[in-house]
Amino acid sequence: MTTATHRGWANLKVLRRLGAHLLLLIGASFFVLPLVFLVSTSLKSSRQIAKYPPELIPSPWIWRNYSDVFIYAPFQRYFVNTLRIVVPSLVGAAITSSLAAYAFARIRAPGSDLIFVVLLSTMMLPGVVTLIPTYIIFSKIGWVGTFRPLVIPTLAGSPFFIFLLRQFFMTIPMDLEDAALIDGCGRFRIWLSIMMPLAMPALATVSVFAFMGAWNDYMGPLIYLASRAQYTLSLGLQVFVGSHGSEWGMLMAASTMMVLPVIVLFFFAQKSFIQGITMTGIKG
Amino acid sequence: MATRNISNRPRGVSQAKRDTLSFYLFITPWLVGFLAFTLGPIVASLGLSFTQYDMMLPPKYVSLQQYQRLFADPLFYTSLSNTLYIVALAVPTSMLSSFLIALLLNQKVRGMAAYRTAYYIPSIVPAVASAALWMYLLQPQWGVVNGLLRSVGLPAPGWLAARAWAKPAIVLVMVWGSGGTMIIYLAGLQDIPEALYEAAEIDGAGRWGKLRHVTLPLMTPTIFFTLVMSIIGTFQVFAVIFVLTDGMGGPLNSTLVYLIYIYRNAFVYFRMGYTAAMAWVLFMIILALTLLQFKTAHLWVHYEAERKPGA
Repeated sequence: MTTATHRGWANLKVLRRLGAHLLLLIGASFFVLPLVFLVSTSLKSSRQIAKYPPELIPSPWIWRNYSDVFIYAPFQRYFVNTLRIVVPSLVGAAITSSLAAYAFARIRAPGSDLIFVVLLSTMMLPGVVTLIPTYIIFSKIGWVGTFRPLVIPTLAGSPFFIFLLRQFFMTIPMDLEDAALIDGCGRFRIWLSIMMPLAMPALATVSVFAFMGAWNDYMGPLIYLASRAQYTLSLGLQVFVGSHGSEWGMLMAASTMMVLPVIVLFFFAQKSFIQGITMTGIKG
Repeated sequence: MATRNISNRPRGVSQAKRDTLSFYLFITPWLVGFLAFTLGPIVASLGLSFTQYDMMLPPKYVSLQQYQRLFADPLFYTSLSNTLYIVALAVPTSMLSSFLIALLLNQKVRGMAAYRTAYYIPSIVPAVASAALWMYLLQPQWGVVNGLLRSVGLPAPGWLAARAWAKPAIVLVMVWGSGGTMIIYLAGLQDIPEALYEAAEIDGAGRWGKLRHVTLPLMTPTIFFTLVMSIIGTFQVFAVIFVLTDGMGGPLNSTLVYLIYIYRNAFVYFRMGYTAAMAWVLFMIILALTLLQFKTAHLWVHYEAERKPGA
């Protein structure tokens, strides 16, 4: 009797586990299959792409779509342009944001609480409300058509990064800092030589999100960049979609090239991604 | 949010003064940016919304005329209702699916990390690439999605080419990229102390009872947070639709969302005063909705009672 019931329970458990896996697999295929098609289509001949019903596996495998992309658009230049925006934005993330974050976490000053509330509320501010005057100002000082509108504002740091780094600084024990203060160490030295080295994991997280923000940004480059020579990857890809919309193999090859660095980054910095999203709700 | 962890050790007056100075020095870069790129432009855009300005002639004060024109503009209502449609469909769909996936993943299933990666990766795909990909997948005649639908005997809609299906198609693409919400839920679920489930079991709660009386109440702050942020974000959906519809919001304005209409007015027609009024109206709508959510939060969001230290 008891063994029978026991076996019954075990069976139920196995069934339930199988059911969970089945549901998860169905769900996962909705999320993963599109990306599989992205890569597989980029490796197909145009004849195979035109086949209906669509086939998943390329046959034959061809790499020509990738080289063709560079014939029709200067993707290497788009890549360099994107890096010219991405790299400086890391500075804003890692240095400026961390300075402010340290101040909010550790230094007491009149007005600091109020300013922190202001900072938090800007996290919920819809960006569109600042769009028009910012554009007008940049246009009047002659910055439209340069990378400056996309770079200079990021140097001021971002409320998301400041908040994330502040939360991290608050978890660092006070002892080290207290000892340094008693020894007459200034705040800047404490930030630079005690806090920054300890905050490396959090700095990695904000750098990852700064990279993602700049890499994926579409509206900024769309509004501020004027000539094709300045296009970033997202802008270049969009023009490519517009003019080669029917050459799917090439389009998927170009898209794959834009997606790949992001996915590689994810596999190297998985922890940073997860930590960043769970702490601030930034969704990449 | 953690409480401020500041040492209470008495320090000299000079240290306090020095601290004030360092605090403001440290936040200066952000503060300058905030004044120049956030607060200044907010105020300026309000001012601008009372003017007529095309960036060539100086702005001309026109009182409330831009708002009057806006409220008489049929495309304003079209763009607003398209946006509301997408918010009303995309926000609950992605929150619910993310929550269900997170629940499944939280059951200590084998391969959890692999599943988590699979669900999350689409959310880091750049909007332009994701638009290009779905443009291919959603082709009405020979696309992969419709091929799949036909093979199981379901009708194959026209997706982005059909007025009635364009918005659901956009929502589909948005839900595909909603893995970030799932990660937030999963982290929230993993924070729920095991002891609470054990206590509920002792009280005779089954799976449903534990979900209803432990998981859901403890997850409400997380759900609240994602709700607020998703609504703000979805109201400003732009890149995916802009690329999918070549900047037009078609077919027949069926995906003309608020931000695409703003873009058109500002950067195609250069109606800066009008666009500023549009931006402020959207700002007010989002602000009102956000405040409404905060004001009604006490009705459903469960906050743990404050525990006083030493009590």
